[in-house]
Amino acid sequence: MAWFATPDDVTTRLGASGYLADHATATTTYLAGALEKPLLVEGPAGVGKTELAKAIARTTGAELVRLQCYEGLDEARALYEWNYKKQLLRIQAAGDQSWDATHDDIFTDEFLLTRPLLSAIRRTEPTVLLVDEVDKTDVEVEGLLLEVLSDFQVTIPELGTVVAVRRPLVVLTSNASRELSEALKRRCLYLHLDYPDQQRELEIVLSQVPDLEERIAEQLVATVARLRDLDLKKSPSIAESVDWARTLLALEVRELDDKAVDDTLGVVLKHASDHERAIRELRLRR
Amino acid sequence: MSGPVSGPVSGLLERHVRFLEALRKAGLPVSLAEDLDAVAALSALPWQERDTVRTAYAATVVKRQSQRPTFDTLFDVWFPALVGEGAGSADREDSGPVRDGADALTEHRERLARALESDDAEELARLAVEAVSRFGAMPGRGPGLSSWSAYTALQRVSPGDLVGRIVAALLAQGLTEEEAERGGARRVAAWTRQVEDDARRRIAEEKGPGHVADVVVKPSIERLDFLTARRADLELMRREIQPLARRLATRLTQEHRARGRGPLDVRRTVRASMSTGGVPFTTHHRPKRPHRNELVVLCDVSGSVAQFAQFTLLLVFALRDQFQKVRAFTFVDEVHEVTHHFRPGADVADVMADLAASTAHAARWGRTNYGRALTRFAELHGDALGPKTALIVLGDARSNHSDLALETLRSIERDTRHAWWLNPEHRRHWDTGDSAGSRYAEIVPMVECRNLTQLSAFVEQLV
Repeated sequence: MAWFATPDDVTTRLGASGYLADHATATTTYLAGALEKPLLVEGPAGVGKTELAKAIARTTGAELVRLQCYEGLDEARALYEWNYKKQLLRIQAAGDQSWDATHDDIFTDEFLLTRPLLSAIRRTEPTVLLVDEVDKTDVEVEGLLLEVLSDFQVTIPELGTVVAVRRPLVVLTSNASRELSEALKRRCLYLHLDYPDQQRELEIVLSQVPDLEERIAEQLVATVARLRDLDLKKSPSIAESVDWARTLLALEVRELDDKAVDDTLGVVLKHASDHERAIRELRLRR
Repeated sequence: MSGPVSGPVSGLLERHVRFLEALRKAGLPVSLAEDLDAVAALSALPWQERDTVRTAYAATVVKRQSQRPTFDTLFDVWFPALVGEGAGSADREDSGPVRDGADALTEHRERLARALESDDAEELARLAVEAVSRFGAMPGRGPGLSSWSAYTALQRVSPGDLVGRIVAALLAQGLTEEEAERGGARRVAAWTRQVEDDARRRIAEEKGPGHVADVVVKPSIERLDFLTARRADLELMRREIQPLARRLATRLTQEHRARGRGPLDVRRTVRASMSTGGVPFTTHHRPKRPHRNELVVLCDVSGSVAQFAQFTLLLVFALRDQFQKVRAFTFVDEVHEVTHHFRPGADVADVMADLAASTAHAARWGRTNYGRALTRFAELHGDALGPKTALIVLGDARSNHSDLALETLRSIERDTRHAWWLNPEHRRHWDTGDSAGSRYAEIVPMVECRNLTQLSAFVEQLV
């Protein structure tokens, strides 16, 4: 099964599921499906990297298998693990059974705990594998990913090699807090997601918060664009724009004037120094 | 996906191969695997739109966002958006042979001002093409000798003079003064870049893309020299500092944790072994006590190296969690402590402004004098140094032929655990003119530190 028919097909189908993709995103997503290559998505926090994977899963009816990366993640939690305790029980319960029989017995599927990477490969239904925040892992885990990402197979010494019956669509996300290895990057298609232009952001906000008045949404998007223009520690992301829209809706703000912006600025800016700068440069308090 | 090439090789394939070669030459590590991916991607896509082709290439061969500008420049040269003046100019040609002249210039500037005010992207692109073909032509003596100059075109049109009008228009839209000024400057800069791009395209048409690629490719921002960077580049560099510090901090903490396996924690190990029937499958360890240095930074802030000092200070203070204590001093010929400017969580732009303002305290006569600065430092702030301190001196070691106070530096060096000297000049310029590079280097190890890459490499090994 092909994942998508054309790049335009990606745009329409993702759009229908609530993710508005721009041209580059749609084309690269299409390529990831057509070439069966993993897709590495980089960009600042909150621009919809993880959401892209979720939207692909939603729109293609595939199941999302997610591997959340963190420091100290290892093989046992990413790939598979033998269920030691159950194996111990099995050995104790074996009684006078011969060692060979027991040995063959305890290294079977029954005692294997599959973790996200292995589960994604063994599934026969369409699967989207999301490896989230891959830059948070240690360098060794990248090595582990290489076999999975290039050949879609996992080697288990006691069982042999498990080859994917049906290749999952792999999406890796990264905040670029660490430079990923060349070997990993070479195997992936690369997409850099950035803050959208005002028009697209307006569409996103309106599609996420349909109850918001269009006029206020326009004011909101314009203000966010002005904030991104400032020299801030952390520019507001799309996720924060949407949060802001929800806040304004909940507070029943009818007009996004300077006072309203000042009162709700905490939703979009999360550093005290950014706050001060925004208030000063946008002249919110006169 | 992609079979072996059979039959005659098309011009497209040759262009593809030469484009990738140009990318490699510009420092993008394009592997053979990525080359094949690019071909596979192109064959999976429709080609009607240039943007699709650009995206396909970008997805397969550019794996780092900092290389994207280089890629875009080269892509525009090898796969130009239009040929000559494009189809759009044909209908205008009928109305009369207006090529160049005072009237044409006035009319052009008027249209440009209007387009910049309304930020009309299409019209701006059209005007950029027009500006180069009308005002940037440099006729040659024979075919193939004529050329195009963005410089001439920009001199004639001088979009910089229009900033005032744009700012007024933006103010009318309700922006604040600072924002309007920033916006105006940005729009003009963007259009200037468009003109430069278009001139490059025309030259590439005339002389072949390979020729242009050799000339125009700038080093990426991480490899740009501090001392020769233009103002716009310095701004970009400054924005790069925070992410760089964050990347460094992440890596340093990770490495620290990986190393930090202290003595066996018997209680936790035995407790954990309960669940495996008393067999200790996993051992638990106590965390290691972190060992942290104190850091003293002493920087020359005289005109020539001020930027370098600011970058280094910002980076060091962004990483202050990695040190027990950081103190910073600036000097020209007098020493002044600036530690208090770096409040935790302070706004970067404010800190930079404070630093620039405090330069006055560091100068008495205003001529760099390393000898005097070192002596004063030893007198006034000798207590900052101790057996746990690492000292970094930043500067180009150009002391206007004054006394170098080598003995003072030697005694300072003896008081510290480590001392380094970071010099923003290329190694080959040390000892030229009034530089006392190697004389100081005999006492304190001197490190060449010309760009962000070298700076981050140094800071990493420091922690």
